[in-house]
Amino acid sequence: MEKEITCTICPMGCRIMVCGEGEVIQSVKGYTCARGEQYARSEFVHPVRILTSTALVSGSSEPLVAVRSSRPLPKELLMNCMKKIHMLHLQAPVYRYQVLIPNIMDTGVDIVATGEAKTQD
Amino acid sequence: MYEITCDVAVIGAGPAGLAAAAAAKEQGAEKVLMIERDTALGGILQQCVHPGFGLSLFNEELTGPEYAGRFIEKVEQAGIQTLLDTMVLEVRQDGTIYCTNSRYGITMVKSGSVVLAMGCREKTRGNIQIPGTRPAGIYTAGSAQRMVNRQNEMVGKKVVILGSGDIGMIMARRLTLEGAKVVAVVEVMDYLAGLTRNRVQCLDDFGIPLLLSHTVTRIVGNQRVEGVYVAKVDQNRLPIPNTEMFFDCDTLLLSVGLIPENELSKAASIEMDNVTNGPVVNQYMQTSAPRLFACGNVVHVNDLVDNVSIESMLAGKNAAKYAMGQLPSSKRVVVCRPGENVRYLCPQKIAVSDEAEDVTIYFRVKQPQKETTLKVSCEEGLLFEKRLPRVNPGEMQHIGVSTASLSGKTLTVDAEKRN
Amino acid sequence: MRNTDVLIIGAGAVGCSIARELTKYQVRVLVVEKKEDVGGDASKANSAIIHTGYDASPDTLESQLVVAANPMYDKLTKDLDVPFSRIGGILPAINQEQYEKLPALKEKAFKNRVYDVEYLSGKELLKMEPNLNPETKAGLYIPRESIIDPFLLVVGYAENAQQNGADFLLGTEVTGIHKEQGKITAVETTAGEISCKWVVNAAGLHCDEIAAMVGKNDYTVNPRKGQFYVLDKNTSCKVEHIILPIPTKVTKGKLMCPTIHGNMLVGPTAEDLSDKEDRSTDAAGLKSVAEDVRHLIPNVNLRDTITQYSGLRPNRNPEGLHVDTYDDLKNYVNLSGVRSTGLTASASLGKYVAQTLLKLGMPAEMNPDFNPVRKGIVRFRELTREQQDQMIQKNPLYGRVICRCETITEGEIVAAIHSPIPARSMDAVKRRVRAGLGRCQGGFCGPRVLEILAREMGVSAEEINKNDKGSYMIAGKVR
Repeated sequence: MEKEITCTICPMGCRIMVCGEGEVIQSVKGYTCARGEQYARSEFVHPVRILTSTALVSGSSEPLVAVRSSRPLPKELLMNCMKKIHMLHLQAPVYRYQVLIPNIMDTGVDIVATGEAKTQD
Repeated sequence: MYEITCDVAVIGAGPAGLAAAAAAKEQGAEKVLMIERDTALGGILQQCVHPGFGLSLFNEELTGPEYAGRFIEKVEQAGIQTLLDTMVLEVRQDGTIYCTNSRYGITMVKSGSVVLAMGCREKTRGNIQIPGTRPAGIYTAGSAQRMVNRQNEMVGKKVVILGSGDIGMIMARRLTLEGAKVVAVVEVMDYLAGLTRNRVQCLDDFGIPLLLSHTVTRIVGNQRVEGVYVAKVDQNRLPIPNTEMFFDCDTLLLSVGLIPENELSKAASIEMDNVTNGPVVNQYMQTSAPRLFACGNVVHVNDLVDNVSIESMLAGKNAAKYAMGQLPSSKRVVVCRPGENVRYLCPQKIAVSDEAEDVTIYFRVKQPQKETTLKVSCEEGLLFEKRLPRVNPGEMQHIGVSTASLSGKTLTVDAEKRN
Repeated sequence: MRNTDVLIIGAGAVGCSIARELTKYQVRVLVVEKKEDVGGDASKANSAIIHTGYDASPDTLESQLVVAANPMYDKLTKDLDVPFSRIGGILPAINQEQYEKLPALKEKAFKNRVYDVEYLSGKELLKMEPNLNPETKAGLYIPRESIIDPFLLVVGYAENAQQNGADFLLGTEVTGIHKEQGKITAVETTAGEISCKWVVNAAGLHCDEIAAMVGKNDYTVNPRKGQFYVLDKNTSCKVEHIILPIPTKVTKGKLMCPTIHGNMLVGPTAEDLSDKEDRSTDAAGLKSVAEDVRHLIPNVNLRDTITQYSGLRPNRNPEGLHVDTYDDLKNYVNLSGVRSTGLTASASLGKYVAQTLLKLGMPAEMNPDFNPVRKGIVRFRELTREQQDQMIQKNPLYGRVICRCETITEGEIVAAIHSPIPARSMDAVKRRVRAGLGRCQGGFCGPRVLEILAREMGVSAEEINKNDKGSYMIAGKVR
């Protein structure tokens, strides 16, 4: 299988062609730096993304608190992880980096708060 | 009338204001006051729940609230006073500020120096003059971002986004993750307005079509948006007849550019740059009114918050120096002139004093260009050149210059194409 | 069944003015309006000018009403707390052909008894208005051409009428009219049947449809679209007078003038349509505005546009402003052809229609409690700092600025939501207090006004409309 990957390491946006099957890569062409090559390889084998969203919170002046995955998640799991985040209903106070969903979908990655929700006075 | 005196007053507590206030305090200004119209510190960062902040400043990939959090902690620890939920009504060249809030009423602030850090606002439908009806469901991307991420309000279910600016692309992903259908992102230019990485991670990842060289020609719907017509454009960005397509949607988001928020600066009659739409500043981020400094998107629209912070620290530091009578007095002024394929330079002026200083000059190109040579010159000739593999209007560039090398009255930067 | 003495169909400037005038008498007045707010149609999308009538066709009802109305506005706007300014109009003659038309135009003005029109030289005009086309040879100066806040004029009429006892049924459409022996007995609406003694048709664009319900459709309404640009207050090229083109046989042409709040208004087109719902702007129409206005003001900077809009003038075929009564339908007054001069004529039309109703047998007993004064919402931005401070001490909501472009406070927005004719939508708030009418067009304050509306009305944000039914702002909650 051949796949074109646009490199996002720097503003150059090199178009890198990766040829391979599953985890086996036969060739990488079109990169202009070593970091680019590395990016293209991992993007081909296993693309990952940081997931960010918001969670519902009660007892605070604002209805939502911002959340993120502590580390990048497999791209194909993003939509399913969103379903879990959708089910969160937190109670203020929520602190930054408080773990809200540990080990989401058995990935070893946590969903943590990035914002804060103070209790309403 | 309630009165406050301080050494440095910072207007706006977004990324620019936070960094400026922290730096002013660090420089030794005793009383630093931040005035913010929102109920919390952090400005727009609080609604930017996505990652991509802090890569150059903290060497980490942070979200907006986390990035803001780093600075807020600093500001709180430093004992900087804040007036939240407070709108500034007027700034005067003598350092007097009138602002209003529910708690104190009209408040007069007397400050040794002032940092203008009000950020920017979004271009609207009116600015870009899209014909059609005027239904509900037309939002600027940033307003929509606030509604979705802070107010828990879904702006629509079926969305067309005009403009490939970063906020637009980020909202495309955000709305898709929340179950909306993003029909297309439409860009009038033949290149992407925002960062490539956002195209990959916000559009390509979710199969959202990007239509370059297209624009929205008409909005349809009497009450709520019912759809938009999109047409191909020619080299002059004018719609090509018979290329119109109808896109069924209930929402149109606009991500068509930002304008520095300078109502206060203009009312204070400081000199403005009509390319950046921001005040003319020197390398100290000092405006034509010596007491008034400016930084961040008030001065020119940045693409990375890290740059805003860096520039704003400079403004805060120098505003503190000014308030304490420590800013070097300049012997002469060098004017920075944009040359070939350069849209603007910032700072626009360099104050040369007895002491040699290193100055960073930020700029944007007009047109995307590969194989570019940057030439920095003064009247007497070339100072130095720098080769770049590629330049894009969407990506701000910078160069460093020492004031010791500036003998003439002007400094010119050209971005020439290499043959 | 609900009942009233006089039922007015339509709550535009004209309907509301009539309602106010009628509350000076001892009659019960009910205004029925199909839109959700007063002044929600032609009265909100026009050039916001109070004309002198200098160029009307002499000896018509329209010219009489307009000429009579103009002097009424000094007191009226003071009574109703409506921003108004007599800035004056200028008709510059730029080429020879136009120059030769000036004497006839002046003569027409005199025929309309607008005697204060003055002939000025090009030099004098350019001194008054430096941004005029420098080739201006000479022109007419019409001192009493004036500008007004058209939204607040309608709200002012309506609220004052309501304070004096009139009732308003908004969001209510007339669906039928019952007649018995040459008289109307009741009007059927989407809010039920209403029995009444007199009916006034002030339905503007839809007056022919109402007329058809009583068989008086000897005319049709032909909407004439006008497209406008609104420019930023800080635009690089401004004018201080209403700059009007010399009319040609085909059109009265496009003008440029300041709005009462300091923006520049450029337009309108005049396009005859068949669709009464087509309020869209289009590239061709806007382009024609741009081209024409550049003849008058060459440096007009349309890149400083903050918004564009179009309005429909309820033109009539056959033409002309009509106030008709009928021998075979004794308790019905039909207004039609109230077109671009309608905003101006609203003041005199109120009186004219009241007089007409008296002739139709409406009792002439005056209402001894009529109070002509309506107090509007405080305009925070127009106060001195000291006055602002006092305002905030009394009500802290005036300390929170919600619309940063126009400096509109939460206090003003809340006051609009709880005013006698309450603002129930985003646009209704905007029309009353200007939140969202500035250069960012609600980009900043929109989400905040939405929340204030929901909070004050005790509903969720999903239920808030931009304007009429179906113009929902948000499609539900995210979580």
